[in-house]
Amino acid sequence: MQIMIKVVLFLILAPVLGGLLSGFDRKIGARFQGRQGPPLLQPFYDLHKLFSKQSVVVNGVQDFLVGGFFVFVIFTGCIFFAGGDLLLVFFALTLAEVFLIMSASSANSPYSAMGAQRELVQMMAYEPMMLLAAIGFYIATGSFNVSEIVHTATPVIAVLPGMFFGFLYILTIKLRKSPFDISTSHHAHQEMVKGLTTELSGNVLALVELAGWYEDVLLLGFVGLFIINLEWWSILAAVAVCILCYFLEIFVDNLFPRVKWDKMLGSTWLVTLVAGGINLLVLTLVY
Amino acid sequence: MMKISKSPWLLHYDGSSCNGCDIEVLACLTPVYDVERFGVVNTGNPKHADILLITGGINRQNEAVVKQIYSQMPENKVVVAVGICACDGGIFKECYNILGGVDKVIPVDIYVPGCAARPEAIIDGVVKAIALLDRKRELKKRNAAALHKEA
Amino acid sequence: MIVSLMVFPFIAALILSMLKPGKLRDLFVFASCVLIVVTVTAFSVSALCNGRNQSYLVETQLLDKGMLLAELGLMGLVFYYSFRHKQYYAALLSAAQTLPIAWMELSGRSAEGGSHIVVDDLTVIMCMVVGVVGCLICVYAVGYIREYHKHHPEYKDRSSFFFSMLFVFLGAMFGLVFSSNLTWIYFFWEITSICSFLLIGYNQSEEAIRNSFRALWMNLLGGLGFAVAILYSSMVLDIANIQDLVTLGTGSQTAIIPVILLAFAALTKSAQMPFSRWLLGAMVAPTPTSALLHSATMVKAGVYLLIRLSPALYGNLAGIMVTTIGGFTFFAASLLAISQSDGKKVLAYSTISNLGLITACAGVGLHEAVWAGILLLVFHAVSKSLMFLSVGAVENSTGSRNIEDMHGLIVKLPKLAFVMIVGISGMFLAPFGMLISKWAALKAFVDSKSILLVIFLVFGSASTLFYWGKWLGKLVAVIHRSERLPDKLEKSDWFSIYTLAFLVIALCVSFPLLSTYLVQPFLVQMFHENLAAVISSSDLKTMFLMLCTIVILPVMVRLLTFGKENKIVISYMGGANSGDDRHFTDSFGQETSMYLANWYMEDLFGEKKILRPSLVLASAGLIVLMIVAIGGVI
Repeated sequence: MQIMIKVVLFLILAPVLGGLLSGFDRKIGARFQGRQGPPLLQPFYDLHKLFSKQSVVVNGVQDFLVGGFFVFVIFTGCIFFAGGDLLLVFFALTLAEVFLIMSASSANSPYSAMGAQRELVQMMAYEPMMLLAAIGFYIATGSFNVSEIVHTATPVIAVLPGMFFGFLYILTIKLRKSPFDISTSHHAHQEMVKGLTTELSGNVLALVELAGWYEDVLLLGFVGLFIINLEWWSILAAVAVCILCYFLEIFVDNLFPRVKWDKMLGSTWLVTLVAGGINLLVLTLVY
Repeated sequence: MMKISKSPWLLHYDGSSCNGCDIEVLACLTPVYDVERFGVVNTGNPKHADILLITGGINRQNEAVVKQIYSQMPENKVVVAVGICACDGGIFKECYNILGGVDKVIPVDIYVPGCAARPEAIIDGVVKAIALLDRKRELKKRNAAALHKEA
Repeated sequence: MIVSLMVFPFIAALILSMLKPGKLRDLFVFASCVLIVVTVTAFSVSALCNGRNQSYLVETQLLDKGMLLAELGLMGLVFYYSFRHKQYYAALLSAAQTLPIAWMELSGRSAEGGSHIVVDDLTVIMCMVVGVVGCLICVYAVGYIREYHKHHPEYKDRSSFFFSMLFVFLGAMFGLVFSSNLTWIYFFWEITSICSFLLIGYNQSEEAIRNSFRALWMNLLGGLGFAVAILYSSMVLDIANIQDLVTLGTGSQTAIIPVILLAFAALTKSAQMPFSRWLLGAMVAPTPTSALLHSATMVKAGVYLLIRLSPALYGNLAGIMVTTIGGFTFFAASLLAISQSDGKKVLAYSTISNLGLITACAGVGLHEAVWAGILLLVFHAVSKSLMFLSVGAVENSTGSRNIEDMHGLIVKLPKLAFVMIVGISGMFLAPFGMLISKWAALKAFVDSKSILLVIFLVFGSASTLFYWGKWLGKLVAVIHRSERLPDKLEKSDWFSIYTLAFLVIALCVSFPLLSTYLVQPFLVQMFHENLAAVISSSDLKTMFLMLCTIVILPVMVRLLTFGKENKIVISYMGGANSGDDRHFTDSFGQETSMYLANWYMEDLFGEKKILRPSLVLASAGLIVLMIVAIGGVI
């Protein structure tokens, strides 16, 4: 029963929160450039408009595959917030991403095909760190289950600083922030138009946006998992850390130019190996 | 009811302009004018755009391109011709390769004259376009309702 | 039944070698396959009902003599081929292992005692894999080989020989999994080596012969290790039987030399680095050969032996050697697969890499790890054979097995594309089989605190994702103005392919049963303790839910898009698109066709770049670890 409530709460609150975060992002970004920027609710206006527009596609399977992406992103979020297995969360998220990549490839369009290949490189870049972070949680708390990880006496970040750093690093990729927003981006005008989502429009594009919000909340939930423990105040601390991390990502987004894919892959794997690997080594020696 | 006009996404196409109007269009995005206040996003992708904003006249080479881009935009859509060249060919009107203004190939909804068109005028045009987007949507709904009634 | 399983394939092979190509032969192949599958099923059911662990044949003087004779015959065969093709080292290797064994047997120094045939749950699992998957491949081969010779008139039609070899192979595999006596295992081991040599060289082209000799010498090298292990365990330890060897080896150092030599032999057979090259070379052979070598037989013999040995590998240097080589192979081979565009080569590297994972699991020697290893073995056999058969079918239909040419297969050959999507999903996506066992392997590696393996696994699985992902992308591309190609497959081919696709999905649902009734009992008997469920039941439920979601996805998507009508337009190419999504108008006003290629990242992951270093690294690691391990005991 409790699980059901959690899932329903996630289903309702996540898009609200994700949309607000996105609006916050655009507002802050504008302020960085000395502009007033759009209203905070702008992402909701965008979403509403997209849903009400005619949907233009290049073939019949595209919206089916995007639907798969949407459903499985939400599915993943539900597993996470219902307290499920972290590894399963990542595997389900991978499945969702593969759906999105397939939809982009199915379009047989130069821009979305390039976006799809780049997205695959991105996945290859962040996957090791995600798995390592999950393993870090397992060694530190003895369980892969979110519901048991939150029942530790001390915040996990105390023993997983390297993992936390590595995770923040790949968070830039996952939130599609510059310098790692190479497959598709919030920012207009780039060499590959809109990459992955070039051939999507109308309500199909709206589904991708909405899934993105769910995903952002899921990822911030993961950040929070590093902090939350038995103490009541840890929840407040987790929220504060999440906001801080999100702000940091916006900051990085506005500060750095985009890099080429090989730089991204190389640097991410290096950070994973050094930060994640050393943390793992120390952890296995201690526990 | 949220209005579609709250989120106008824009596609900027340069026909055969001298780049004067283009500079002014981009000036609208800068801190001084900041059209993102109205939710305007410069998308660069017809499939995401609601407003097609064209600078410069139409020549034989880009005729097909403009038509194609217009056809790839989902309904409802509005076309804004910015600058006198886009409106009717301007000083290039008599050139051997120029067909004339944008309305020679696709229907234009809003004309923004000027050489180069001033950012204020462009913003004015975009705001009018936004209003038109809402009207088009209303019209479509009413038509659909009328059709439904007839049926 | 066991005897019939071991003997019947050989008889069938003998008959097949005499039959001419034609209806009669095809019927005979089908009939033999049906017979084998029926026998395997009957055997498995009876083994499950009557309790496991039966041993047979304690006294086998006469049979042993016969086997010795056959072994000498095999040596003669190797001599014949190596002199004919002037590859004398093969003859040397063969003589170096067969003659000492013969001497040991004839001089009566071989250890006696123990049963020669033992049946336990692992045997049952292997039998089902070999029997069912192997037979499906043979059924497929009937249609395939006919089409193959239509496409390649330059090669001599030796298909009767081909079929008889396939059956010999199956027979040898059955023999191998039933045998418990080391000399017997060795005998069947050699048969598979030589059989694979003959199958790889099937079309007699220069490349085929070169590759077949590479396979031969690598496997004979492994065989040499096996022979030395037998000599040592017989004459020093007085042990003739693998179960006794493992019991002796568990927790003590006395048996480490034969264990390490057997592990070495297994590494060569399952094409672990630095011996990976023979498996890639094997791609020149017709597809059923590759499918058989890669999925159900040959390479699985190696990991089967390692799984048998795994308790003796726990916590010693032999185990470290096996895990390091396995983990490294998993990682390196999956990187190498990224740069390949030939479908069969990608499959080959993926096989090597997955076998590396199974090897690593066996080397860890922990309960969970072996659980994961056995399940990997089963899932891999089914998914990989499905992939091989469908790539072969695509090659016969379109004339190319290059992944680039599979662009838009969903329009050209929808049925095959769909089957391939199932196969690929089976290889790396949740909730399908391979992923479940990878998951268990990851847990086991973490529990055994092997950091190196964990690192290899996380990076390796990320690269695995990349090469499968881009292949999937190629398959689903929908191209305008593209037409369906005629279906050239025969009914028997479709039967095999569909059955395998069904098995991939069915295993995904039913693997908990497999685990409870076969794998767990085997592990309890092997490790003498019970294992808690590796993957909790709530996770299983979630995954089942995922599978259901995929099934009802079309309906859900209809709901999500509110039944809105889509308008279909052409793709965006800066407005310069000329009518369809395959051509655009270039800057000269000319119509130019567009070509979308996948990324291969040759500069980073090309064979030229990383194959040699990884082979050198693996050889150095293998040699050092073997020397240290053996030197430590002496």
